[in-house]
Amino acid sequence: MSSIIQSHEVLERLYDLLYGLLELRDRLRQLGLEVLPGGLSDSITLGSVKVKTSFIAMLRRGVIMDVTSVEQAQIAEDAGAVGVMVLDKLPYDVRRSGGVARTADLKVIEEIMRNTSIPVSAKVRIGHFYEAVLLEEVGVDLIDESEVLTPVDEKHHINKWVFKTPFVNGARELCEALRRISEGASMIRSKGEAGTGNVAEAVRHFKEIYSAVRDLTAHAHDEEYLRDYARKCQVQHDLVLLTAKLGRVPVITYAAGGIATPADAALMMWLGADGVFVGSGIFKSKDPENRAKAIVLATSFWDNPEVVVEAQKMVSEKEAMLGIDVKTLKPEELLQVRGL
Amino acid sequence: MTRIGVLALQGDVEEHIYALMKASKTSNLNVEVVEVKKPSQLDSIDGLVIPGGESTTIRYLASYIGLTPKLKAKIEEGIPTLATCAGLVILAKKARDAVLKEPEQSLLGVLNVEVLRNAFGRQKDSFETKLLVEGFGEVKAVFIRAPIVTEVWNPAKPISKLNHPKLGEVIVAVKQENIIGLAFHPELTTTAFHEWLINEAIK
Repeated sequence: MSSIIQSHEVLERLYDLLYGLLELRDRLRQLGLEVLPGGLSDSITLGSVKVKTSFIAMLRRGVIMDVTSVEQAQIAEDAGAVGVMVLDKLPYDVRRSGGVARTADLKVIEEIMRNTSIPVSAKVRIGHFYEAVLLEEVGVDLIDESEVLTPVDEKHHINKWVFKTPFVNGARELCEALRRISEGASMIRSKGEAGTGNVAEAVRHFKEIYSAVRDLTAHAHDEEYLRDYARKCQVQHDLVLLTAKLGRVPVITYAAGGIATPADAALMMWLGADGVFVGSGIFKSKDPENRAKAIVLATSFWDNPEVVVEAQKMVSEKEAMLGIDVKTLKPEELLQVRGL
Repeated sequence: MTRIGVLALQGDVEEHIYALMKASKTSNLNVEVVEVKKPSQLDSIDGLVIPGGESTTIRYLASYIGLTPKLKAKIEEGIPTLATCAGLVILAKKARDAVLKEPEQSLLGVLNVEVLRNAFGRQKDSFETKLLVEGFGEVKAVFIRAPIVTEVWNPAKPISKLNHPKLGEVIVAVKQENIIGLAFHPELTTTAFHEWLINEAIK
């Protein structure tokens, strides 16, 4: 009998190991930034590993939708989204406009927080510690350190253990996912190829991740194999062992990147996703209200084809975002290779 | 064989299933857990869990698939029910949201309480603590964007109060005959409440 709850203990141990020893903590304290999980009183602890991973557990079987305005956030909430992700531009428009993509306007984020009852997330650039500090101050519920925005650090991701706010990171394969977890991510999503309306890359990444998990599980008692794998991935042996034992990614793992139809969402759930991020797919279509509802239905009822049929009928292929064939993108246009 | 159903539309369904399996192991009772995603799956169950998640999402999905009338009837008939966080909101007769203020439509309206959603604030205000619950002793409790109970009337009774530095003394657990409603998530820290559910279901 195994459950993802068992990973909470391992993550707590990693937290003590990686964060407890860091000089960074002291430096931040000197700057007056209280980043330790502290209490409101002796008995009440905020922002601990348990509190972060527990929030993420509540997102299972849900859909988080990219939005750029209060109106879109309300459409998402009415459609049954479990959260919204606030961006300045949808990934499709990021691709079109070029230039540097940064975190969204704080004022827009705050306005959305005042007008929705569901969790509000926002993206920061890979490695941009201070954008994350700002989002935590503003009070977003989840931070996505995302390759859709322009990375500021080609070598390092943010040390996410020092935040009280949970983080989600993208991954293309298992080693990448485990590295992000070892940096403190509480949640993983596939990278896919954002803003393309083409789910092919998300499928590729999920299959990569889960074939590696099955391989580890098959070697769960081969200590040497697991040790080699941990070395290859540059992550703690504990995490690799845990993954082998659980037979899954040790944190909640959403599908993301190119999901545009109810059938896309159902496909990703069938491939083992715990939920779905939809980026441009909804608000770049011509039928966002219906499409949002239909994707929520298909995500929860993915194992009931009758419902997925009804959901798919709620949208029209003629109204879907046109999409981009990934093969036509130049190597420098790929977002998924940012931040490995 | 006792069968416990977990409403499995959205939320931490797997965590509840795991807690039920653990509880059945420690109490040495034979339990089968079923995921409830359509009305017919309610027929053969002896106990019910309504998990945490987003109450707005669960409300939409339950209405869509036509689960609402049967769920309500089943609970009113007296099936032992454990509702946590969003589950508490779904069962409540009255609900409001701390951010949006306006009253929300209740889904099942079977529990004599008024709840305030997101009462403690956002995720950064979520916390873990120890809590005394009548009949269960001291338990570890995780509150995630949790609601509180602002009003209770007969036959519902408060069974736990929390002293919160910002909100003062607030009700976070209630019992009404066959129902226990909790503002927190026992499935992530203890099996005490799942053992209660299994024992009630066997009776």
